[in-house]
Amino acid sequence: MILLNSIAVGLKEIWAHKSRSFLTMLGIILGVTSLVGMSAIIKGMENGMKETMVAMGGVDKVLVRPQAVPAWQDHLADSAPGRTLVDVEALRRSAPLLRVVSPEMALDDVTLSRGDKRTEPSECVGGWPAVLEMNLHTVAHGRFFNEIDEEEARPVCVIGTGIRDELFGKPDDVGREIIPVGETIQINGQPFVIVGMFQEYMGEQEAKERARQREQKDNPAEVGGPKRSRGWGKKGGWAFWRKNMIVYIPLNTAWIRFRSGGTTLNSVPDPRLTDIDIKVADFSRLEETLQQAKNVMLLTHQGIEDFTFETQENQVESINKQIQNARISGGLIAGISLLVGGIGIMNIMLASINERVREIGICKAVGATGANIFIQILIESAVLAVIGGLLGLGGSELFVDLLAKVTPSSNSPMITRNAELVAVAFSAAVGVLAGVLPAIKAARFSPIEALRYE
Amino acid sequence: MALLQLRSVSKIYHLGGEEIRALDDVTLDIGTGEFVSIIGPSGSGKSTLMHILGCLDTPSHGTVTLDGIPVQQATARELAHVRNRKIGFVFQFFNLLPKLNVVQNVELPMIYAGIGGRERRRRAEHALDLVEMGHRLKNRPSQLSGGQQQRVAIARALVNDPKIIFADEPTGNLDTHTGEVILSLFRRLSEEGRTIIIVTHNPEIAAVTPRRIEIRNGKIAERVDERLAGLDRAAAQSQSGPAPSSA
Ligand SMILES: Nc1ncnc2c1ncn2[C@@H]1O[C@H](COP(=O)(O)OP(=O)(O)O)[C@@H](O)[C@H]1O
Ligand SMILES: [Mg+2]
Repeated sequence: MILLNSIAVGLKEIWAHKSRSFLTMLGIILGVTSLVGMSAIIKGMENGMKETMVAMGGVDKVLVRPQAVPAWQDHLADSAPGRTLVDVEALRRSAPLLRVVSPEMALDDVTLSRGDKRTEPSECVGGWPAVLEMNLHTVAHGRFFNEIDEEEARPVCVIGTGIRDELFGKPDDVGREIIPVGETIQINGQPFVIVGMFQEYMGEQEAKERARQREQKDNPAEVGGPKRSRGWGKKGGWAFWRKNMIVYIPLNTAWIRFRSGGTTLNSVPDPRLTDIDIKVADFSRLEETLQQAKNVMLLTHQGIEDFTFETQENQVESINKQIQNARISGGLIAGISLLVGGIGIMNIMLASINERVREIGICKAVGATGANIFIQILIESAVLAVIGGLLGLGGSELFVDLLAKVTPSSNSPMITRNAELVAVAFSAAVGVLAGVLPAIKAARFSPIEALRYE
Repeated sequence: MALLQLRSVSKIYHLGGEEIRALDDVTLDIGTGEFVSIIGPSGSGKSTLMHILGCLDTPSHGTVTLDGIPVQQATARELAHVRNRKIGFVFQFFNLLPKLNVVQNVELPMIYAGIGGRERRRRAEHALDLVEMGHRLKNRPSQLSGGQQQRVAIARALVNDPKIIFADEPTGNLDTHTGEVILSLFRRLSEEGRTIIIVTHNPEIAAVTPRRIEIRNGKIAERVDERLAGLDRAAAQSQSGPAPSSA
């Protein structure tokens, strides 16, 4: 009851000095805005990173990378075999802890064309059907290539929707969605039949926006409004753009049609793969799995260690480090603002009690104890800070809105309830701490001093 | 035992090495139901005496007993408690809190007494009715005249039903007529059996109280100065009414 009363008195005190109180709160407001804003940005980053991670094949994907042979094997460098299908077969047969093994033979400097339209894919890769599971692709139209396509090195391809957009037209521009299955396109001048097309990949945020726009479009009242760009380009995030701009052809096709660059017919094309990707069956046994894969590959490479494993964990780690850094700098800014805000509050509370010596003396004369006064001042200080904190929440909302408008991206900042709670709790704590000194001072005021004002 | 007992009470202030005896060896008893005025020239130690009697301050030497409680040993917290439950104060400058309205001002001592909101409001309104201020509950002190503010202050002093009411120059800041209204209020309270101690240098007030204590240079005067106590006038009026006698 004294508590409620104290809060009421505190609010009155703040209201009585509106502009002074507001200026005092500025530090807290800025502190909370930066705290919540920064955490929203970080949350956005995290969301973006997670989506990107999934777009790139998920955390359980491990890349088998080439590596210079170690120093003690220098003399064997010339016989280093590189990564070939021999490794792939061996891994598939002898490394049961692997779920998927996907060889890739990427082609350089690829240009796709159809009629007078041409484009460059993000990647043109010869691969096996395993690549679907490896890179988390979904064939939305037609089919992926099969064993026969592979065996006969048929000129077939599966494309992402980005390629379709470039060579056949975007659904928006054409007015309907073109499904170019069965059509022929040129890959570096060689005709290929499109047998399948993936679904369109996009971030959660973009998907939401799309849905909203579609709704608006369906609403006849909205017709005639300015046509909005749907941002099919890189806007939806680099990883999604890459994934939509991909072309897959059978591995054998890539090998025979694009690697046999030599003029002599009987020269064997370069069998080295550009990538071997593997997926771990049980992520909790990652180390064991990698050891197994390593053992197998050391056999096929006659002990020459010209390969290494690159887990997404390394990436996750560096991402986490970035996030950590952002957290630290954000926390530092917020901390400094809150500290400054706290000092401001302490200052104003000291001024306030000096103005109120008489009032405090009166309260003591009618029976207030030092503890009553102490709590009263502490609560006033905390109320001041908490109101500042709440205003700061409003500020962070504005800040994040503004940020989302200025830099629209798939990982726009996201305010979390937790960050808000933490921020308000922090400002309350700052208020209480800032109030301690003035409260002690006020509690020690002697009632006679106050009455001596007469 | 008397309600208030002072035994050899001294209050000494040290100002730059100089010793100021604001009270010097004061021994005094005030009984329940007494109506007392403390008179004396400015700077004689009246306020200091009242502060010690009213548990706002503790003596440098000597003992003070209020309603059986040895005050000179009490902690600040205990003194606050005694002021809250047993004492009501009325000041020259009213000392109402400017940000609270009339009824909230009167409720203030009850807040520190831990009395619940509804009961608080009921008792505050009752006390304000007693001083005929029940119709201005929601006014701010600044919207009231001096006399009205003093009546609110008296209501505040009464509201915890204290044993003693102290008033320091309660009419000092009021015009003669308003002062008389306030004085008659104190008289009525005295007739109802309350212990009232008024610090004043107004002879007309001193003249009304049955007992007068004169302070001179921090000591209680042997004989009360008749002019200061308004007794010369009272004597002149003694034909028409009973003259208040000196204690
Ligand atoms: N806090 C203090 N410090 C120093 N001297 C004081 C203090 N309070 C009162 N005095 C001195 O004590 C004496 C009595 O003061 P006071 O009780 O206020 O007199 P009165 O109320 O009769 O005018 C005065 O000389 C005054 O200057
Ligand atoms: Mg005085």
